[in-house]
Amino acid sequence: MISMPRTQLTVALNEDLSQVSLYFIYFAMALYTVAFLAYVWHLSQASSTLKAVRKGASRIERGAFILLVFASALHGIGVILRGVAASRVPWANMYEFSITGTFLVVAIYLVSWFFVRDIRILAVFLSGFVLLVLGIATTVFYVEVKSLMPALQSYWLVIHVTVAILATGFFNIASAASIAYLMKGSNLVQTSKLRGFALTRRILALFPDMTKLEKLAYRFNIIGFILWTFTLIAGAIWAERAWHRYWGWDTKEVWTFIIWTIYAGYLHANATRGWSGKRSAWLAVIGFCAIIFNFTIVNLFFKGLHVYSGLK
Amino acid sequence: MDSSRPSDHVSNAPTEPNSSGVNSPELGLVGWLRWIWRLLTSMRTALILLLLLAAAAIPGSVYPQRSADPNGVTSYFQQNAELAKVLDSLQLFDVYSSVWFSAIYILLFVSLIGCVVPRAIVHAKAMASAPPATPKVMARMPAYQLVDAKKSVRAAVVERAANLLKRERYRVVVDGDSVSAERGYLRETGNLIFHLSLIGVLVAVGFGGAYSYSGQRLLVEGDTFVNNLAGYDSFSPGAFFNENNLTPFSMKLDKFEIAFDNNVNHKANAGTPIDFRATVSTKSSLTAPAQTTLIRVNEPLELPTAKVYLTGNGYAPVLAFSDKPCKTLNGGVRVIEGPFSYQGAVPYLPQDANYTSLGVIKLPDAKPNQYGVLSFFYPTAGKLPTGALTSVYPAAISPQSSLLTLNVYAGDLGLDSGIPSNVFSLATHGLKQLSGGKTGVKPIQLLVKGNAENLPNNMGCVAFTDLKRFASLDIDYNPGQGWVLLFALLSLAGLVLSLLVPRRRVWVKRVDDGFEVAALARGDDPALNRIVQEIAQELSSKKKKKDKDD
Repeated sequence: MISMPRTQLTVALNEDLSQVSLYFIYFAMALYTVAFLAYVWHLSQASSTLKAVRKGASRIERGAFILLVFASALHGIGVILRGVAASRVPWANMYEFSITGTFLVVAIYLVSWFFVRDIRILAVFLSGFVLLVLGIATTVFYVEVKSLMPALQSYWLVIHVTVAILATGFFNIASAASIAYLMKGSNLVQTSKLRGFALTRRILALFPDMTKLEKLAYRFNIIGFILWTFTLIAGAIWAERAWHRYWGWDTKEVWTFIIWTIYAGYLHANATRGWSGKRSAWLAVIGFCAIIFNFTIVNLFFKGLHVYSGLK
Repeated sequence: MDSSRPSDHVSNAPTEPNSSGVNSPELGLVGWLRWIWRLLTSMRTALILLLLLAAAAIPGSVYPQRSADPNGVTSYFQQNAELAKVLDSLQLFDVYSSVWFSAIYILLFVSLIGCVVPRAIVHAKAMASAPPATPKVMARMPAYQLVDAKKSVRAAVVERAANLLKRERYRVVVDGDSVSAERGYLRETGNLIFHLSLIGVLVAVGFGGAYSYSGQRLLVEGDTFVNNLAGYDSFSPGAFFNENNLTPFSMKLDKFEIAFDNNVNHKANAGTPIDFRATVSTKSSLTAPAQTTLIRVNEPLELPTAKVYLTGNGYAPVLAFSDKPCKTLNGGVRVIEGPFSYQGAVPYLPQDANYTSLGVIKLPDAKPNQYGVLSFFYPTAGKLPTGALTSVYPAAISPQSSLLTLNVYAGDLGLDSGIPSNVFSLATHGLKQLSGGKTGVKPIQLLVKGNAENLPNNMGCVAFTDLKRFASLDIDYNPGQGWVLLFALLSLAGLVLSLLVPRRRVWVKRVDDGFEVAALARGDDPALNRIVQEIAQELSSKKKKKDKDD
């Protein structure tokens, strides 16, 4: 078995194209903003006490949905151009992970929209969340296109990270359903006499009932959990090749494990008397917070081997 | 368990009153053990242990861990000695092998076994027995439909329902006027596989860890590693490791190359490493022919009994020190003359992305007095705004671009005391600095293959004769990892089955004016109502086309 040294690798980076990609992301953000505002407008109209106002709401929702589709198209082009500019998959640092991850969240939402109409109303959470992440990505996480460091030069980058992003997308939509569930079930929201809460109640009335929200969250979470389990295993296989051990309690491994355990707890809670319902919904929300924590705080401030933010 | 009331878990069942009743509050030892066992194997306990495990894992990401970051622990002790002692007594630097973390996961696995084994027995019985009898009041089931049907449809409904459900891979029992059917046994099978595989993962991790070893060796180009304990710079064996298991292979680092992105148009990327390549010659035994292989990051060298990974690299300047002053030749060229108090390649540890590197040389054999040297190497030297030297590019742009500086420290190096010391650090406390820093004497500067330079105080001569690279290699062996992977994949497969295969019971019953269809799912089943509707529709249509196809 003799493998000869390869010829000098060449790096193909196109910084001009990555600028074009960034413009597409900006355009997409502008459209997401309009879509988000339209969804807010839709909620305010649909929750109105006046019948005449409520009637116009569905047209606004349709408009907002079309805006969301266009925004995601621009977003997708931005992601693809970033990949072309870097001549590789566009998820090798936090900026790229953010733009690709949010794109997949929107894509999962749009695909699910055809099958599960109950998630329509979650669009306001979703567009707001995507907008927030893109805002942070373009301002705080942005880095110019760079070549892959040797540790990332592996097909596992495609497998492990894609599945991690998908899992995050499913958990994200589930967490939106769980938040709506908890708000609907909150005594404070349901009984307070303050004016703001009355409006909140009318808005929440537009959401599916609590049983449906609970089931929605469960169904998205189980897909997320399966994908997360795969992410963990794929990560271990890759770690064995790149870092000489399949598991070493690196900070990122620790948090992947913590998240897995929280969601395992969520699944058990769903089958435990006294824990299904509100408590398990809280676990789902905590699980998603741990994912966000893992992606932001752990990436940026914890010492470990997963130092791929590209930020200095 | 009452078979007509399938519950998704066994743990909710033990609510029946204790047979000893209220009259005898004394449980006795057996009673207590039984009570503890029930408590431990309940789903609620498993849930709480899971959440505890998640919480207990957090400190391991906050404090440096001896297993993952031993240097971090050392520097924590240096910076915060008092707090570090307290944290250490709480095992916060060894979280994942600590008593409290172990206690949680051991309890969790005991709970898991206690929960899964009875479930496996229940499941085996369910697999062997017929679907449960049709409930008396079908309308109580979560999905239910009453269909009016003509006499002709009514007459055939039981037989047709049985055929239909068999075709849909239900297990079917016909009982007079009704059909009872069940499907999705794989859901529970998957659930059991998932949990049992987790036990397999744990056992394989433990077994693999006990027989594993992990060793590190730094090799300068041209050096050879021989696989025995003396060949390692550091070595961490598992509990059952046996030295005789080290196979006598050898490995020579022929060449180490780094490819940097040298395209100056890539403003942000120029200087980024894009490939590390270690070319090694290995011999499977001391007499075997050498084989040349390439080791890259993500591409370890796979030997039959170990894997060799590339984990780090840096520069190794070749230096020579002599106690005699340098000799000036005609034309002003200065050269070093032997005998040498030190000669050889010195691995310099990189300090930043541009390979500003720090090296330490200890010269206990120098005459008349021993001394130490702290040295920096700059592959492409440049100056910071403060005037301090730094490296501006990770490779040498030209032979003249790289620079090596030396600060000399005189005094007792402490090597004779018998206390092992780190070859990569010089304890300058107690030594007298003779050049560089605040001494007023300029640090010695050398170019590769350039002029030799005199040491301060007529201590001798130093020359930078060649530049090599070194590679840090990790030699690992873990016989359990294939098993860990196998069980992990099995658990994933079990998980998919247990979450996605619907387990449901369907009943069809002939009644006076038509027939009833009802269904009950174990766990969440989004399709339950649709299934009932479809079966009702299929059975109420007169066409028997599908039946005839069979």
